[in-house]
Amino acid sequence: MRHSIRIAVGPVHFRIGSDWTQPIAALKQLYVSYPQDEARPADATVRLFAARPWRRWVRPSVHIGGDFVVPDALPLPLSMGLLAAEMGMNLQVALGWRRHMLLHASAVARDGRALIMSGESGSGKSTLAALLGEGDWRLMGDEFTLIEPEGGDALAFPRAVSLKNEAIAEVAARVDAARLGPLMTGTPKGDIRHLIPRADAIAAMHEPARPALLLFPRFGGEAAIESMGEGEAFVRLTEASTNYVALGEAGFAALTRLVRETPAFGVSYPDSATGIALVEQLWAEAAK
Amino acid sequence: MPDRVYRAAPPGALRVEPLGELTAIFDRRSMQTHLVVPPMPEILAAIGAEECDAATLAARLAARFDFDGGDDVQMILAERLSELAAMGMVARA
Repeated sequence: MRHSIRIAVGPVHFRIGSDWTQPIAALKQLYVSYPQDEARPADATVRLFAARPWRRWVRPSVHIGGDFVVPDALPLPLSMGLLAAEMGMNLQVALGWRRHMLLHASAVARDGRALIMSGESGSGKSTLAALLGEGDWRLMGDEFTLIEPEGGDALAFPRAVSLKNEAIAEVAARVDAARLGPLMTGTPKGDIRHLIPRADAIAAMHEPARPALLLFPRFGGEAAIESMGEGEAFVRLTEASTNYVALGEAGFAALTRLVRETPAFGVSYPDSATGIALVEQLWAEAAK
Repeated sequence: MPDRVYRAAPPGALRVEPLGELTAIFDRRSMQTHLVVPPMPEILAAIGAEECDAATLAARLAARFDFDGGDDVQMILAERLSELAAMGMVARA
């Protein structure tokens, strides 16, 4: 394709091609400090393309392609090309990755141990991970966490954090503006702005961490902690895994081990400060 | 309803992992995961290598657990066996 970039996020090596220069330029800015290995073959390919040649210029709309595609997915305007790239990267990993069990979960680590937070969009897992990652935690990822099927370790996938709506101002107030990508307003997911993880999180992205605590956050409502049994955690994580079925028995073994060895809690919180306080409280007990 | 006869899955076909109140069962033949609650794991454990109907199963479970294997128990077990057969974890003999 006319414009391309290679990006390594954790164990996944992406090749992203585009008919336009703008999404690639934006990716270069977000991923400038990530390790580059041009010689390594790509694990996943994303293509951002115009449906017709003239649509590169006339009302340019970005279609998302690659090794895996979602039929009938609507294209995005070029101003949201970066979001198209992010969606394409997520799609390739969610549908194509087989080396690890993939959890739709954010994660942070401290002292080589991981806190994994799983929840639907809007649960606040991404914002909590971003805020913890600005404190004394290592951000492992805001969207996906990989579980090593043999040993059970968690591996990081620290892509640029996708901040949405209210989270943008909350995080932007705490970080250097140079770590923020362009603001995209009015996307199908609301307003979006990317945050480049801290340099130490990027440098440590290949370091595994032992899962020590599983949380299922729920943003909104009174502060509450609810202990969760192994069975319920198992059910929720099978739903949160995009490749559980594809992994077969390896996925079953990895997940039963994860829920047996890792205490799990549902956590409700009315605001980020309360959420972080509850996380620290549970961590202090889990890390004993 | 006639008391149907069932047989267990072949040895090694099911991987059974208790997870607190639930039991997760991975069927290596279908690659499906089943989540069950009592008395399903107990039935699977008791069905054994021999072919077995609800009356035999009731007697085995009654010997192991503290209850009498009366008609109502047999009826419940027959229903559970039929459900296990629908999930593919036991087969009609």
